[in-house]
Amino acid sequence: MPETAMDSVARATPPRVARRIRGLSDRMIAWIFVAPTIFLLLAINIFPLIWTIRLSFTNFRANRPNAETAWVGLRNYERILSDPDIWQTMQATAHFLFWTLFFQVLIGFALAWLINAKFRGSNFWTTIIVLPMMLSPAVVGNFWTFLYQPQIGLFNYVVAFFSGADPTGFTMIGEVALAPWAIVIVDTWMWTPFVMLICLAGLRSIPESIYEAAECDRASKWRQFWTITVPMVLPFLMLAVLFRGIENFKMFDLVVQLTGGGPGSTTELTSINLKREAFEKWRTGYASAYAVILFVTVFGLASIYVKALNKVKER
Amino acid sequence: MSGASVTGPSRRLKWAAGILVVGYALITLMPLLWIMATGFKTSPDSIAYPPKVIFAPSLEGYVNLFTTQTRQTADYLAANPPQTWYEKIVHDRGMVITGTSRFGERFMNSVIIGFGSTFLSVVLGTLAAYAFSRYRIPLKDDLMFFILSTRMMPPVAVAIPIFLMFRNLGLSDTHAGMILLYTAVNLSLAVWLLKGFIDEIPREYEEAALIDGYTRFQAFTKVVLPQAATGIASTAIFCLIFAWNEYAFAVLLTSGTAQTAPPFIPTIIGVGGRDWPAVAAGATIFLVPVVVFTVLLRKHLLRGITFGAVRK
Repeated sequence: MPETAMDSVARATPPRVARRIRGLSDRMIAWIFVAPTIFLLLAINIFPLIWTIRLSFTNFRANRPNAETAWVGLRNYERILSDPDIWQTMQATAHFLFWTLFFQVLIGFALAWLINAKFRGSNFWTTIIVLPMMLSPAVVGNFWTFLYQPQIGLFNYVVAFFSGADPTGFTMIGEVALAPWAIVIVDTWMWTPFVMLICLAGLRSIPESIYEAAECDRASKWRQFWTITVPMVLPFLMLAVLFRGIENFKMFDLVVQLTGGGPGSTTELTSINLKREAFEKWRTGYASAYAVILFVTVFGLASIYVKALNKVKER
Repeated sequence: MSGASVTGPSRRLKWAAGILVVGYALITLMPLLWIMATGFKTSPDSIAYPPKVIFAPSLEGYVNLFTTQTRQTADYLAANPPQTWYEKIVHDRGMVITGTSRFGERFMNSVIIGFGSTFLSVVLGTLAAYAFSRYRIPLKDDLMFFILSTRMMPPVAVAIPIFLMFRNLGLSDTHAGMILLYTAVNLSLAVWLLKGFIDEIPREYEEAALIDGYTRFQAFTKVVLPQAATGIASTAIFCLIFAWNEYAFAVLLTSGTAQTAPPFIPTIIGVGGRDWPAVAAGATIFLVPVVVFTVLLRKHLLRGITFGAVRK
């Protein structure tokens, strides 16, 4: 589509008009407009990335800039991939990723479906529901540690009130069994609206006529839901999962404020682990190799996923 | 319009849906309301059991947030009666104000860095988006994808070389450094969103302007920019919210001069245990602008959070 529009414009623009741009050709303007953006991204994203790759083959330590730096080849990579602690971190990340996506998709889709019933005031309540995801995860995450306090915390009080348990009997962010769920709960609270909004857009994109046709064929509501609603919303849902997946793979601010990776290392997600290596232990070379591995992982998974998404869209 | 279409939801379903959604909204709002309420509690009220829903409002949290205090002897307190309402609040707890806290400073850092980076990323983003929308640029799709892919890196991973680079350039813990960094991060969002908005402006408008004797640049400033105003405004708000909320870079790359509010608020502690009303007061002041912006943005929200992929 855009190609044909562009061609028609090219035909409609007489050469005289094109020449009127004094001194600057279209090509020049295009480059002048794009150059600052590309330059800044090269300077702040690509140059550092190349530097990271270079550092990942050394034993450089940023807190000792004057010390001798040696080239260590692939040793950093070997060490990371054979380190059981890092595999434990990956497991914690996988647990976090899986369950946050699971709950957010489930609740987000259900909410979108309900909102799509267009009851009175649905727009107002949608805006209310969206609020948590727009707020600063660090500031909100920090406050959740207060809600999670045994006894005085609102969360413990409410849970105890409805379940009859002792509000001082459990510490969401202090117990090995509960901490992984504590971060899942807050992330789900914060980001369900994101999935909901995208699903809502999907639901609203389904033309009414399809349901009317199904109604004529006497398809049951249940059947309509599984054969029309779900497949039509699926590409949107997959897009939401892609965004949330990448974001939660990178997760740092919310969890670092909530649990700081603890207790022990039960909620030590990869980003938190990486921060410890890079900015507390100052093993810069080692952390750089770690960063490269993470980037390759997220980039690889995302590309495979996007291919799958495009296949679903084509259907 | 009879309202009762064959395929539309029934009245009963609408009621049920309304009740469930409102129920969820109220639950989801609880933590936010609790933050606001805690800001107006006294310290003992904030840690009372059972949690207090009804309490006598107090500005203690806000006073504590903006001041530093020290405990004084009864004699000293009796000899120096409080002059103002906020001194009285502190005085009643056996303390005196010794100065202003760093919260105001950190909040201003957030404002400076937020607005500075938003301005830069919107200006650069608009130019780039216009070029990407209107011109044939070699490798356009690859460049657009490259711009987007810069967002996939975990911030902590990017922070390692940025930390070294800033140290070498003298940009560590400076406003300029943080503005540049946030601009780079926000540019991907700005370019993608603005390209979508500019794509929607018919080319015919510019063509008409060119035929009327405008130069390309004039056509851009006098025709395209006014048409894209809403899009530019909502992009700006998204960039501002991102820079405002950002924590990872801020906590790793700033320590004093340029530290923004998100790394600062969690470090607020009181005398003898965490001063939750002060933390809540700080959080409230910090979160309210975002709530206002979200309400203003609601029509473009979806577009902003999906980098323009879903437009509704």
